[in-house]
Amino acid sequence: MSVDYVLMKGNEAIAEAALRAGCRFYAGYPITPQSEILEYMSVHMAKRGGVFIQGENEIASMSMLFGAAACGARCMSSSSGPGFDLKQEEISYLSAAGLPAVLVNAMRYGLGDGEITAGQDSYWVSTRGGGHGDKRLLVLAPASVQECADLTYLAFDLAEKYRNVVEILSDGAICQMIEKCVLPEPREHDMNKFDWALTGKPREARKNKAYNLSYYMGYEAYDRYMREKIESMFENEQRWEEFMLEDAELVLVAYGISSRACRSAVRQARRDGMKLGLIRPISVWPFPRRAFAGVPDSVRGYVSVEMSITTQMGEDIQLATEFSKPLYAYLTSKEIPTVEGIIAYCQEILAGNIKPTEVL
Amino acid sequence: MADIIMAGFGGQGVLTAGKILIDVAAREGKNVSWTSSYGAEMRGGTASCSVVISDEEIGSPYPTKLDILLAMNEPSYDKFIGSMRDGGLVIVNTSLVAKSGYPDNVRVYGVDATDMANAAGNGRAANLVMLGAMIKASGLLDVDRFGAGLDAYFDAKGKNTPKNAECYRLGATSLREL
Repeated sequence: MSVDYVLMKGNEAIAEAALRAGCRFYAGYPITPQSEILEYMSVHMAKRGGVFIQGENEIASMSMLFGAAACGARCMSSSSGPGFDLKQEEISYLSAAGLPAVLVNAMRYGLGDGEITAGQDSYWVSTRGGGHGDKRLLVLAPASVQECADLTYLAFDLAEKYRNVVEILSDGAICQMIEKCVLPEPREHDMNKFDWALTGKPREARKNKAYNLSYYMGYEAYDRYMREKIESMFENEQRWEEFMLEDAELVLVAYGISSRACRSAVRQARRDGMKLGLIRPISVWPFPRRAFAGVPDSVRGYVSVEMSITTQMGEDIQLATEFSKPLYAYLTSKEIPTVEGIIAYCQEILAGNIKPTEVL
Repeated sequence: MADIIMAGFGGQGVLTAGKILIDVAAREGKNVSWTSSYGAEMRGGTASCSVVISDEEIGSPYPTKLDILLAMNEPSYDKFIGSMRDGGLVIVNTSLVAKSGYPDNVRVYGVDATDMANAAGNGRAANLVMLGAMIKASGLLDVDRFGAGLDAYFDAKGKNTPKNAECYRLGATSLREL
């Protein structure tokens, strides 16, 4: 049988898909569980004619990324938890200058150093964060190795289309697991194709600038541009998957590794006569509010399934549903949700033994 | 469909055994997933990987109930034996695991994997002996085709030796029911 797939870790699929999307600059600093991205880039970037730099830390790496992005190169950095925190300032600067870049955040558990094992600690920092100021990151959350490749490949196009930072929000399970993956076609990127990028010093060269757009656009035009951009991303970039929503009594909402256990739980529950469904956000910003418009009247409540201490996605579910149904949160912290655990929790909800989540 | 855990000491090759298994199973057209435990592990501590092989889409890649357990040392056996499904299959490295009895709800096969690999002059291939026993006992994949796939795996790495296939075959022919 011919082999059209590869077996790869999620991290490797992200790195290879980035190279195939024409990424020719990577700067970053190691941290578990995403270090294979760095490792892969260190081996393969030079072979594709690009530049790999392990910076002295995350902050320096991000400043290097700013330079590459300002010159029109497709560029990427990656980190996790506390390392990703260090990138926040530069995300704001990239956003201020309207520079496209792709970042990867492989989530762990907890605060501070937390644990190096899988978690979903960074929903808030990803969907609300990106440093100070008014901007939005486009945030895509893969739930398989295939999606690690596909969404990374897509991320570079979206970053350029909106001149925006795009984040791949993976987790310590998705990025470490090996599955079959069909890689996208390699493409070359022309870093000189933009009318906004820095071009160097020749007298006839365009004199573009790489600092706050507001300084040369004027504040009024800049504010309008940012509002329209954010609205356009919100309108056009909601992505999600629905699974067995018809006649569902409870709808699970989960992304990344949690959604994998949820899919199995929905199947198992329906075999046992309990009607569960699943909405899996693929974009977590913009949160796929449209997915919730189509849920059937049979739905009695939503269950956010997350590997976190407190629900982070819950408030987005409540906004999407306009607080119309009770919200429950099945939170497994640093344990991967299990099919048995999800089903037992849903049985307790339907039996009236669990109170809706009020703290968001 | 099989939910599998392969476990042992760090260095016994359980992660590699899992990678070989998914490599061959994938070539046979199956859907596969491989996840490993990682964290603050100690040298000499336990290592394990979970493998799911299925004709259907794989939901959770972290099975909690097992069809097959490959236990290369005693702590691994103790840790996972309680997770077995009724009728499941347990392969035990009898070079290092000696139990006075085994549960009735599972089929247990033993193979002296560490001793055989050492005797074959391929001490690091106890994992391949275990794989041989597992493929033979489970009927998951054809024994000969899997052997060819195992060779292809190491050939692709540029690190093959005939002793790899030899250890695999020793496992497939020397297992005994416990």
